[in-house]
Amino acid sequence: MIDEIVEAIRRAETQLSEDTMNALKKAYERETNEMARTQLKAIIDNFTVAKKESLPMCQDTGLQTFFVDMGYDFPYRAELKNAITEAVRRATKEVPLRPNAVHPFLHKNSGDNTGRFVPYIHWELREGDDVIIHVIPKGGGSENMSGLYMLPPGVGIKGIKKTVVEHIFRSGGKPCPPTIIGVGIGGGADLAMTLAKKAAILRPVPSRHEEEFVAQLEEELYEMANKLGIGPMGLGGDTTVLDVHVEYAHRHPATLPLGIVTQCWANRKRKVHIDANGRVEVI
Amino acid sequence: MEYHEKTPILDARKYKVGDVIYVTGEVVLARDEAHKKLLEGGAPIDLKGSVIYHCGPVVTKRNGEWKVVAAGPTTSIRMEIFEDQFIEKFHPAIIVGKGGMGEKTLKALKEHGAVYAAYTGGCGALAAERIKSVKEVHFLEELGIPEAVWVFNVEEFGPLVVTMDSHGNSYYDEVDSMAKKNLDALLKNIE
Repeated sequence: MIDEIVEAIRRAETQLSEDTMNALKKAYERETNEMARTQLKAIIDNFTVAKKESLPMCQDTGLQTFFVDMGYDFPYRAELKNAITEAVRRATKEVPLRPNAVHPFLHKNSGDNTGRFVPYIHWELREGDDVIIHVIPKGGGSENMSGLYMLPPGVGIKGIKKTVVEHIFRSGGKPCPPTIIGVGIGGGADLAMTLAKKAAILRPVPSRHEEEFVAQLEEELYEMANKLGIGPMGLGGDTTVLDVHVEYAHRHPATLPLGIVTQCWANRKRKVHIDANGRVEVI
Repeated sequence: MEYHEKTPILDARKYKVGDVIYVTGEVVLARDEAHKKLLEGGAPIDLKGSVIYHCGPVVTKRNGEWKVVAAGPTTSIRMEIFEDQFIEKFHPAIIVGKGGMGEKTLKALKEHGAVYAAYTGGCGALAAERIKSVKEVHFLEELGIPEAVWVFNVEEFGPLVVTMDSHGNSYYDEVDSMAKKNLDALLKNIE
């Protein structure tokens, strides 16, 4: 399975996911601001070069991150962690990736994208005997524009909308717009952030939540974000976000956590599916 | 205006916000640690009229030769804490990065006749295509690949959009004040 995880990392890094690519092309067709059009054109040219030359589309190849969606009865679960870590080491040499794992106190780069708690692997369990590994290397520039707000519950839905729009405004051009905004509401501080990250990266672009109320909130936030006029790379224009995705959990009566995760246009994501017989497929 | 320039560039005052520049010659990479290092110990090369690029590249070594794999810009505002001192000490012509910089840098650009230009964020592959070879690299052992001071030979490196010029203009200020107006209007109507 190591070969396939390396291949999934390579595809995630060198070929923009198709949904995001289509969303960018549509944005380029719609965009009325000239400065914005030069930026969207450069982005589209960039992923054509990256795909053709099999080069990482961005020099920040991200913090190697994996969301593992695993069946209780998946027979190879004991091997997964080592396989993912080894795949990261190999991909760093073979793709190649920028070494992005730095000791926070000693400033020393490990050189192979591994270290204490990295690659970051988030585990979730469910019924079944197979596993889906979401390969989602996350860029640092857009991650810096993530945030957690512990709102007083009294501000309600209006306060949530206001905070999200203000957050996108303050982020400006820094997270490499057009971005995909993931919003996580409820749970505790950690769950709100995890929900926000899943909403930003794992969901297709564009897509709407299955619950009508949440879908409406997403649509409203999307419209407002693009009315800000920040535009691609913060140089002005109609395209500030490609989509806004919202996910929620029940909350404690005293808390209203609001997590926001920003994903840049280089929306790197692939899946590796492994069934109970060990058949591996990169999606 | 569109400019096709060779480095070193000694007349950066002619550039105005909105101009597009393509550079042929040398580009010098410097980000967080490199700024600190050069300010503390001096620059190993002459930076007068240079193009300084905020970038942590992906490079590999094959058969003893460096190959640049991806080299898009990093977020420039992190360098705001020392860019004014850097401009004053080394007199570069163009600072290239993404996202723009602050008041202190704008003032230094004005005083020393330099500009800030934006390269489209994330366009690492497109940038690598215009980088023809690695001329030299400094502090590699100490700072590591993304932070080292790389000198690249480039051809028609761009489009670099001038967003802060040496006449006190910042395109980011224009976009910011427009976006602020839009924000205020939106907040009033939130239900």
